[in-house]
Amino acid sequence: MSAADFHKLAELFPNETVTHSYVQDIQLPAVNGTSPGTFALVTLDNGLDHSKPTTLGPNTLMELGTVLEGLKERAARGEIAGVGVTGKPYFLVAGADLSTVKSVSGREQGLWMAQLGHDVYSTLANLGVPSFAFINGLALGGGLEIALQSTYRTVSTAAGALALPESFIGLIPGWGGVYILPRLIGPENALKVMIENPLSNNRTLTGPQAFKLGVADAMFEPADFVEQSVAWAAQVIAGAVTPERANAVDPADPGVAARWAGAIAAGRTFVAAKTSNASPAPAKVLEVMEANRTLTQAQSAELECETLADLMQTDEFRSTVYAFLDLVQRRSKRPAGAPDRKLARPVTRIGVVGAGLMASQLALLFARQLKVPVVMTDIDQARVDKGVGYVHAEVDKLLQKGRISPDAANRTRALVTGSVSKEAFADADFVIEAVFEELNVKKQVFKEVEAIVSPECILATNTSSLSVTAMAEDLEHPERLVGFHFFNPVAVMPLLEIVRAPKTDDAVLATAFELAKGLKKSAVLVKDAPAFVVNRLLLRLMGEVTAAFDEGTPADVADNALRPMGLPMTPFVLGAMVGLPVAQHVQESLHTAFGDRFPVSQNLQKLIDNGVKSIWDPASVTAGKPVIPAETLALMSFGDSPSTAEEVLRRTQDALAEEIGLMLDEGVVAGPEDIDLCMILGAGWPMFLGGITPYLDRVGASQRVTGRKFLAPGVASEPAG
Amino acid sequence: MSERPSSGSNSSATPSSASASIGRARTVREVVFVDGVRTPFGRAGEKGIYAGTRADDLVVKCIRELMRRNPSLPADRIDEVAIAATTQTGDQGLTIGRTAALLAGLPRTVPGFAIDRMCAGAMTAVTTTASGIGFGAYDVVIAGGVEHMGNHPMGAGADPNPRFMSERIVDPAALNMGNTAENLHDRFPAITKDRADAYAVASQDKLAAAYAKDQIQPDLVPVATMKPGQGWTVNTVDEPPRPGTSVEDLAALRTPFRAHGRVTAGNAAGLNDGATAALLASADAAEELGLPVKMRLVSYAFAGVEPEVMGIGPVPATEKALKNAGLGIEDIGLFEINEAFAVQVLSFLDHFGIADDDPRVNRYGGAIAVGHPLASSGVRLMNQLARQFEEDPTVRFGMTTMCIGLGMGATVIWENPNHADYGTEYTTNKTGAAA
Repeated sequence: MSAADFHKLAELFPNETVTHSYVQDIQLPAVNGTSPGTFALVTLDNGLDHSKPTTLGPNTLMELGTVLEGLKERAARGEIAGVGVTGKPYFLVAGADLSTVKSVSGREQGLWMAQLGHDVYSTLANLGVPSFAFINGLALGGGLEIALQSTYRTVSTAAGALALPESFIGLIPGWGGVYILPRLIGPENALKVMIENPLSNNRTLTGPQAFKLGVADAMFEPADFVEQSVAWAAQVIAGAVTPERANAVDPADPGVAARWAGAIAAGRTFVAAKTSNASPAPAKVLEVMEANRTLTQAQSAELECETLADLMQTDEFRSTVYAFLDLVQRRSKRPAGAPDRKLARPVTRIGVVGAGLMASQLALLFARQLKVPVVMTDIDQARVDKGVGYVHAEVDKLLQKGRISPDAANRTRALVTGSVSKEAFADADFVIEAVFEELNVKKQVFKEVEAIVSPECILATNTSSLSVTAMAEDLEHPERLVGFHFFNPVAVMPLLEIVRAPKTDDAVLATAFELAKGLKKSAVLVKDAPAFVVNRLLLRLMGEVTAAFDEGTPADVADNALRPMGLPMTPFVLGAMVGLPVAQHVQESLHTAFGDRFPVSQNLQKLIDNGVKSIWDPASVTAGKPVIPAETLALMSFGDSPSTAEEVLRRTQDALAEEIGLMLDEGVVAGPEDIDLCMILGAGWPMFLGGITPYLDRVGASQRVTGRKFLAPGVASEPAG
Repeated sequence: MSERPSSGSNSSATPSSASASIGRARTVREVVFVDGVRTPFGRAGEKGIYAGTRADDLVVKCIRELMRRNPSLPADRIDEVAIAATTQTGDQGLTIGRTAALLAGLPRTVPGFAIDRMCAGAMTAVTTTASGIGFGAYDVVIAGGVEHMGNHPMGAGADPNPRFMSERIVDPAALNMGNTAENLHDRFPAITKDRADAYAVASQDKLAAAYAKDQIQPDLVPVATMKPGQGWTVNTVDEPPRPGTSVEDLAALRTPFRAHGRVTAGNAAGLNDGATAALLASADAAEELGLPVKMRLVSYAFAGVEPEVMGIGPVPATEKALKNAGLGIEDIGLFEINEAFAVQVLSFLDHFGIADDDPRVNRYGGAIAVGHPLASSGVRLMNQLARQFEEDPTVRFGMTTMCIGLGMGATVIWENPNHADYGTEYTTNKTGAAA
């Protein structure tokens, strides 16, 4: 077959941003006095700047394939001694064009797409002359597979983001990566790249890391990367240099076969722990790699194509593309409903009311990211000293880890000061409170602060469950109050819920969004409603599971019922992490607002009253075999209507669908996409759920409960028609 | 070999320790040319190989190649990076010696600066840092130059003082180099357009021959460039040469500076992009670090002339440098003279009684063929002289010289370490000289 035979597929995507394949002939530099010949260097370039990565769609692949076929003919005629592939600055190529792949309709088209890639890459691998990939920058998925399919590879020390993230996306590295990589760098390393990294926050490799693993044969600095790569290619072609591949293995070797099996087994354990096997892709990667140890490359290619065609039809894949591309990469950068950023006011001094743990975390974040003076206040010097001390100690830790320079540490420490008097807020532009979660306490705090600060100073609350509207009621300038809800741990969690109360004005809101950007947080605009988005849904979920438990469902059945959702932790573990009293407190306020949809568990209250911090014995959770200590069990009483795991899962799905339906009706956020973004960034819910609404659509919960799907067909599911 | 006996007037001025009034005794140290490289030169403009490439990147390629070619040199032993550029803005701005050092990956402890003497920028970078070595301020330096005339058209952004005109300090026409070349033809009627064209054709032929003998390529740094719609390529040869040019071809060219004039694009250097860099060291440091010695600096001089005939500058500069060295023109076995214009070379040759086709002069051809990216050219001359020294151990002394805009000349005299008498006292063949 030839790349041109895939025109049927390419014609379906007339609007693809094509990455072109430009060829330049280069006379190779002399090795021992003689030039090894002419080198054809292919540059992958879409003609756009660095903000528009090069990607591989059907039209791009057809062009590359046609170019490579031409080079193969030239090689046969003896005109060229080698072929190189490199990219425009900062990119080799970012991988398959996901928006194209997502909109492939029907299994046959998906199969064509998989086969087209293999057709093109096999031309690259069988040119009749050696092929070289010069990995000058980012290379993801199909991008890195271009390199893997080449005979030799060089990598730039400055190249970042080298990865095979397919198992994270919902696919497999099925353009040869899953076959070549374990042979090139060993099965254990290959699974680090294909499984562990993708499922660990989609981690990627740097150039030096890739070189160390054996992904590349040579590494050069960026200042003359192309020149040095070409010179190295000349040495290889002339036979003066033979790359050593210390990690390469022969799968036929019995010792390697054992390592292969061991790596696969370890991979399965890892996947189960990370995803509860809720998404099909990681298991498929392991399955194909397990099978291909004894297959030829061509046989593996066939298996890879069939597997890709299957996976492209899964809603887990479509949900991931929706979550990753549409939400995390796009929507989070342009928050829905945020006012014109030109309205934002400068913030050059920040006040934090309170010096407890939350307040101290906020002070550290503001000082590190915004680099403006931050003053913390509390009721006595000891508390103030403790808060400031916490910040200084955290800065010291960062310094010891080498994360910041001594100068930056000095600067950050100097920015954070404390005071027992709110007079210290006199020239602040933004004052945030992180005091006790009690409406009257907060109102009192703001009353005192308002007496000191300028009329323009923005007041913010980090409340997680109180009414921002009520907090604003007695203010002289209620338009200046905004909710600024962070998630714990503040330095790590990327979400910020920005809460608009009825009187909050646009300049205040715009400033809040600019601050969020400065803090490197993704902000979502929410209406002032009890517990906003993330906590409302988490507590609705925990409420259902706890209720099932209280009714008599065995603890392990209740707590593991949601495994098919692949959440980052079970409800009981989450409850212990948040702290049972905190969770209970928020649950109570939700119960007050919404009634029985948020039942308050008497069992939990008994645990709290007795100072028990977790339903499970924490040590038993760590050991992987959770048990409830007898004394904990003795505190609780249970009903006699146990549920099965399926029943608990279904009632939770229905509860979430009901709650989201109500939130959308209430206008808590602009749309279901914001609910999903919140759950991904604020609760760490997996991309293969698409956050949550695509999952509820595909299991039928939204239809069952609200009579409609949350998302239109094709957004995170198969396109209609 | 820190002190070299010679009869040169001040080639080894060594105050005795008794006369060193403050601190320790000070010895003027010998300076050697260790190595030099350059980028292939390009034609300036949209179609040239370096359109879209930054000037500072060209310098960086040269510095990194020097480091690769001299692996025994620890990067932290470099005491200075002096890079010349005529226009010091944009990609040639921001103290390009320092920025290029940082961009090349040299340690942050290595300082650098920018330098400007128009066409003799790189040559001045060499002589200035060499003086620093002689004085003991540096052991090892990098000196070079760059001009991206595509990014920085000649004279762009310049703001000549109106007094030049109102007080007739300089004829405004002298700010245009082509006009000064026509003026030189006026001054020396014996230098006809035919002679200039014949000289230019010979320059093209000599360069083509040198390329065929692989005499140019070893000192070129490959430069990768990427252009929209074309992809990456690696440039390994000069773009300006027009091998096979005939006098008939040149006769047909127009004379842009004057109707029925003599100066054409064919008998002058073009507008070019390129960079050069050289490694200089004290003789002691070279020995300590195991660095090769390609040339020893004997003397140098700069001289001013009427800006209206700036091309004559090499004549007084050379006389001064010879005097400084205690040498005569007869002692110079090889000349690398920059060919800004054929007429300027011919006026030099006529002055010293050297034939137009003397084999000592520009053996590899010159800037008329290879190009003249203004501030970079000085080191190109040195690279070529060094290679000719190696090829021809019978030559003891050679000269690099060039004319400079606004009426100056620069000359540097070098000794060949491959010569049998290298390191011994020398006497001049100059008639009537006090030996």
